Amino acid sequence: MTQTDLTGAKALWATLAGHGITTVFGYPGGAIMPVYDALTFYPEVRHVLARHEQGAIHAAEGWAKATGEIGVCLATSGPGATNLVTGLADAMLDSVPLLAITGNVARHLMGTDAFQEADITGITLPVTKHNYVVREVEELPRVIAEAIRIARSGRPGPVLVDIPKDIQLAAYHGEIAVPHARPEIPTPRPEAIERARELLQTAKKPVIMAGGGSLDAAAEITALARAWDIPVITTLMGLGAFPSSDPLWLGMPGMHGSVAANRAISEADVLLGIGLRFDDRVTGRVSGFAPNAAIIHVDLDAAEIGKIVRTHVPVRGDARAAAALLAEGARKLDLPEWRAQINEWKSRTVEPDHWGAGYAVKAVVDRLRPDDILSSDVGQHQMLAAQLARFERPRRWINSGGLGTMGFGFPAAIGAGMAEPGVTSIVIAGDGGFQMTAQELATLKKYDVRNVKICIINNSYLGMVRQWQELFHEKRYSEVYLGDSNPDFLKLADAYDVPGYRADCAEELPEAIDAWLADPKSALLEIVVPNEHGVFPMVPAGAALSEMIETEPPRAPTPGIERNAAAEEAKQP
Amino acid sequence: MTAPLDSEQRDHLVSALVRDEPRVLTRITSLFGRRGYNIRSLSVGSTEHPGLSRMTFVVTGDRGVVEQAMRQLEKLHDVVKIIDHSLEKFVDRELVLVKVAITPESRVEVRQIAEDFRARIVDVGRHALTFEVTGDEGKITAFIEQMRSFGILETMRTGRVALTRGSNADIPSHVYHAGETEALRPAVDGVEPRETRAGGVPNLF
Repeated sequence: MTQTDLTGAKALWATLAGHGITTVFGYPGGAIMPVYDALTFYPEVRHVLARHEQGAIHAAEGWAKATGEIGVCLATSGPGATNLVTGLADAMLDSVPLLAITGNVARHLMGTDAFQEADITGITLPVTKHNYVVREVEELPRVIAEAIRIARSGRPGPVLVDIPKDIQLAAYHGEIAVPHARPEIPTPRPEAIERARELLQTAKKPVIMAGGGSLDAAAEITALARAWDIPVITTLMGLGAFPSSDPLWLGMPGMHGSVAANRAISEADVLLGIGLRFDDRVTGRVSGFAPNAAIIHVDLDAAEIGKIVRTHVPVRGDARAAAALLAEGARKLDLPEWRAQINEWKSRTVEPDHWGAGYAVKAVVDRLRPDDILSSDVGQHQMLAAQLARFERPRRWINSGGLGTMGFGFPAAIGAGMAEPGVTSIVIAGDGGFQMTAQELATLKKYDVRNVKICIINNSYLGMVRQWQELFHEKRYSEVYLGDSNPDFLKLADAYDVPGYRADCAEELPEAIDAWLADPKSALLEIVVPNEHGVFPMVPAGAALSEMIETEPPRAPTPGIERNAAAEEAKQP
Repeated sequence: MTAPLDSEQRDHLVSALVRDEPRVLTRITSLFGRRGYNIRSLSVGSTEHPGLSRMTFVVTGDRGVVEQAMRQLEKLHDVVKIIDHSLEKFVDRELVLVKVAITPESRVEVRQIAEDFRARIVDVGRHALTFEVTGDEGKITAFIEQMRSFGILETMRTGRVALTRGSNADIPSHVYHAGETEALRPAVDGVEPRETRAGGVPNLF
């Protein structure tokens, strides 16, 4: 379609609207002002004003992770653009389809160290799937359309488009680019499927591992696993790709994985990995990973196959197609010994039964309904939530897996909640991570978002760092104590008109959770827990999965703990 | 289990056809740098097609490292095609300028050796001769070794360039036969990377 009286900025919005983009998260500034000005002419696109560009991009990621559709964010040049870098890196590692649009100084100022100029395409080169500087206004709609296609196609990822200010203002006379057809996803080659099937048929101790790349193949993977009767492990990113209620589900693998998942990997003779990249937090020491297994690796990204682990049967292509093909002609494997062994491992799972972070997280996640979205920030609460939450369907679990971005959870939960206003978007955060993006409470207030429920597990520490210091640095708790300077989280929430609830002990918890979830508004629940609980099972860094520590070792009081306890006492009135 | 099929460290000659757009070189070298692949030589030049450049790298590593480097390269939006010359018959050349110190006594001998190598004299000074030598790596290395005893003042090597033997077997036909500049962009957009061939993992892609 051709439109008259367009500027580059208007052409941008027309292109976004034409691609079905309904919501953009952003923050204005000098070099993006023409775009914000043009926004007033495009009421079909909603702009969500965050309080920090990092909040905006994580919200866009939350939107994308919950829906599987592209998230879009907007920032000005220089400091606005550089504030997006963390989110871009996050989206890159977790394969999130994302379009980031930044303003830049006018073309004649580029390269002169102008006010608020940063070479954002140079800076973001390693953390984007692709990036662009728009050099002529005629290119703008085409570049936006191409960026959206690149972000969504193949293995999804973030794409940044940098638009100089004079191009935003320039007259545009061309067409508005229409969406590209989604490119065909390669179907796996029949020879590869055949070899994989042969391996599965001869397996005595098979196991399926499903990762974040398998989320949209959940139905096919479920059918595949049930048809062959093969147990399934879902990675941190793949939680929800297989229903937790199924007896074949073994939990999460890796550093804080379940006993059953890690033992099964260590014993397996055939491992079918679908849409995962064998991250080091999943494999532990690579030489000790699945040492007896022939590995079948299904991945869309050829570069992932053989990158970390030796692959015996590479299957390049779409996870849905591969899972469906592998389910064809399946016959149930009759493996009573393997089943008995797995059930014995599963029985070793100890659920938290006394007051602490695990107990609190379990009390919250037990309240999840199948459609509710659970986000987490990064740290102990994240691993506890991943261990304890049960997901019956994909895209209900949102966390920063690859980059481990503290501050991710809360804005991501806002983005997910805005994408699906009909469901409850719960975020579990720590007292540390929440404070990295706590200013986004303003976003809840501004848009009267009513379905975001914030739960802060407050142990007064950077808990995961503290756990590592305890285990690997002889309990020297260097710079991880937050309790003496944390805000009163309820007062903080109240300052933004967000209702707050608190529980200090197991007895108070059920009532507090009830009130928090029943509140008609978005609300915050602070759960104050003892500060020295660890997350177990745990595979120490550099160890093999078979060397996991299954339960928390008994602890003795240490000078470090006493000193911190004294500090805590000192702050009491 | 993790040992690559061919763990020998050696040089691999790889060409990439890339879009001729700003920052492509940075994008590619940054990928090499970030992932720790060592480029021993790199040459870049335009091709017979406006809009497409050709890069030739020498990457040092075992078979697995080079496979991984190529697959990572193939993912870049700017990269249209990767050619691993070790899998094919190819011709390669390198150009070097060598400035050799001369004395009245050595002048004739230096010129004689250069003639044997078909090196061309491109500059004549009172105390130095500058030669241009073209050839494969072995010939250039041999020439430099011969000149070393006379005193090499300066050298500059271009890095290797290579083409597959035969009639353009390595270029996707619809790119190669695409018409003028305007026609190239959509044609290049549609080009799929070539099938990855046998290497660190069995050939099942």
